[in-house]
Amino acid sequence: MSEFFQQIINGLSLGSIYALIALGYTMVYGIIQLINFAHGDIYMVGAFTGYFAILSGLPFPVALLLAMVCPALLGMLIQRTAYKPLRYSPRITALITAIGVSLLLENLGILVLRPDPRPFPQVFTNAPFHLGQVTVSIPQVLTFTVALALMVALTLFIRYTKTGKAMRALAQDLEAAQLMGVNVDRIISVTFMIGSALAGAAGVMMGVLIPRIEPLMGIMPGLKAFVAAVIGGIGSIPGAMLGGVLMGLVETLATGFISSTWRDAIAFGLLIVILLFKPSGILGRNVREKV
Amino acid sequence: MKTMKNDSSTLKNYLLPLGLGLLVLINLFLALEFLGIEIIDRYYKGILILMQINIILAVSLNLINGVTGMLSLGHAGFMAVGAYTSSLLSIFLSNMNLPEVILFPLVLCAGGLLAAVMGLAIGIPTLRLRGDYLAIATLGFGEIIRVVLLNLDITRGARGLPGIPNYTNLWWAQFFMVLSVMIIWNITASNHGRAFVAIRENEIAAEAMGVNTTYYKVSSFVIGAFFAGVAGGLFAHHLGFISPKSFEFMKSVEILLMVVLGGLGSLTGSVVAAIVLTGLPEFLRFLQSYRMVIYSLTLVLLMIYRPQGLFGRHEANADLLKAWFNKGHGRSGGGKGDE
Repeated sequence: MSEFFQQIINGLSLGSIYALIALGYTMVYGIIQLINFAHGDIYMVGAFTGYFAILSGLPFPVALLLAMVCPALLGMLIQRTAYKPLRYSPRITALITAIGVSLLLENLGILVLRPDPRPFPQVFTNAPFHLGQVTVSIPQVLTFTVALALMVALTLFIRYTKTGKAMRALAQDLEAAQLMGVNVDRIISVTFMIGSALAGAAGVMMGVLIPRIEPLMGIMPGLKAFVAAVIGGIGSIPGAMLGGVLMGLVETLATGFISSTWRDAIAFGLLIVILLFKPSGILGRNVREKV
Repeated sequence: MKTMKNDSSTLKNYLLPLGLGLLVLINLFLALEFLGIEIIDRYYKGILILMQINIILAVSLNLINGVTGMLSLGHAGFMAVGAYTSSLLSIFLSNMNLPEVILFPLVLCAGGLLAAVMGLAIGIPTLRLRGDYLAIATLGFGEIIRVVLLNLDITRGARGLPGIPNYTNLWWAQFFMVLSVMIIWNITASNHGRAFVAIRENEIAAEAMGVNTTYYKVSSFVIGAFFAGVAGGLFAHHLGFISPKSFEFMKSVEILLMVVLGGLGSLTGSVVAAIVLTGLPEFLRFLQSYRMVIYSLTLVLLMIYRPQGLFGRHEANADLLKAWFNKGHGRSGGGKGDE
């Protein structure tokens, strides 16, 4: 039984990272219906920004902040240069462009940062402390706390600020929002910035949790976070959080009780089961088909 | 039957003869080789074989994505099923002393059939989904196939499967490529193909007109999966070694790129794009480590400046060739998108 609780703890910290990445996917998808494949690579950029910031001697909170600002600017740049010209072209074109941007970031990463994995500097002691029968480490607690704080901040931002209101309006009906005088370009850029900042933070937290970073580190977590967003109901912010945590839990429980090699199959299997029985995800809205 | 509209562009006019020229060139090499004269070395031959394999992959995915309009991101999974099935079969059957002429098509068909069965098993539940959801579900299945291959004993998991006989040569590759393209072309020109296009254009209207959409969607998926399996078999017997790593998500993306770049729904476009996208990374080798950066940048720029792909939805035909030869006679398209 303690093994079970141990895996729950591990799953919560991993899941909160997935949730942070999934938020970016879900916000962008909710507004422009684009699967932003480059999002996983923005997470990688965040991890490397944090890495270099910590190596240059900056304190951890500053490094974390930097690792949110740089990806945010990158996200905005990508949306302005690559996605904006394609806003009214077929969806698949935008999808391919997103894949292209993702490939570009990965290959630039390999070119500039070299492909070999690097150890993420150890900022916090790894010494675990015991809670009853389960062990918890500082990075795990920190990951969970930072993720929770960011999610609360995001929820408040979306609910109570004018920009947040505009984002919700865009998600509901882009054209109507535009008619009401919402500056669509600006709001889409802001959405990309917030999503990328969260992914950047997730990258640093992953570096703290599993201290090994490389230019291709974003592919799998990116894919899984997207799956998490779909499971939770794409377009729904609480859905992305729930989906992310669920994904983390399923993954660690599968590793702990079945086999680590089957982990990915189980995660994707969960996706298919959910898609078949509730295609709009757990918290997604059911869109009726109009004839 | 297929009509060309007056929107051919310069880029398209250059690329079509390029593709046809390449086919002629391959046959010239083959003829010379038949006479015992080797002009090209193994490296170039390898690229030419890969081009043919990629053509089969791109055209079969285009049947699903472009002609029927179902976004599938799991093509590498079907390719993997075909590759592993045919490789295992030809390893097991290698001591039966069957002549290659019989054995190789047999194992390729077996690989294709199992991939088709897999397509059926995956297609029936997932094809209820639409658009992006279907894409994600097929992506999930593709990954699941890969993880299963990684965990089975018979496939030797992550260590990969070595010792596959190198049956694939230019002859076989071209034979199967031409055969596959012809079959898929004929399917799209048949009643079936019209039903596929109807589903792409408007699924609800198609259903209202009496098209059994589920049947046609699944059959398009199964046919595409079959040819992906055959291509996977060719791929495995070309390299002589396969591992689940060869069939990752990026492989599906690579195939999808060919389809989109060629133009969704344009089979000839897929052929040309498969040739270009297989050749381009090799051609860019002199750039060394900048190669993949340039490759991905080209991709993004092409998508931004020519979002409908090289050929749009149109097939290249004789008119286009004629137009290319008498340049300046009317048919000048917008010179947009030229490199």
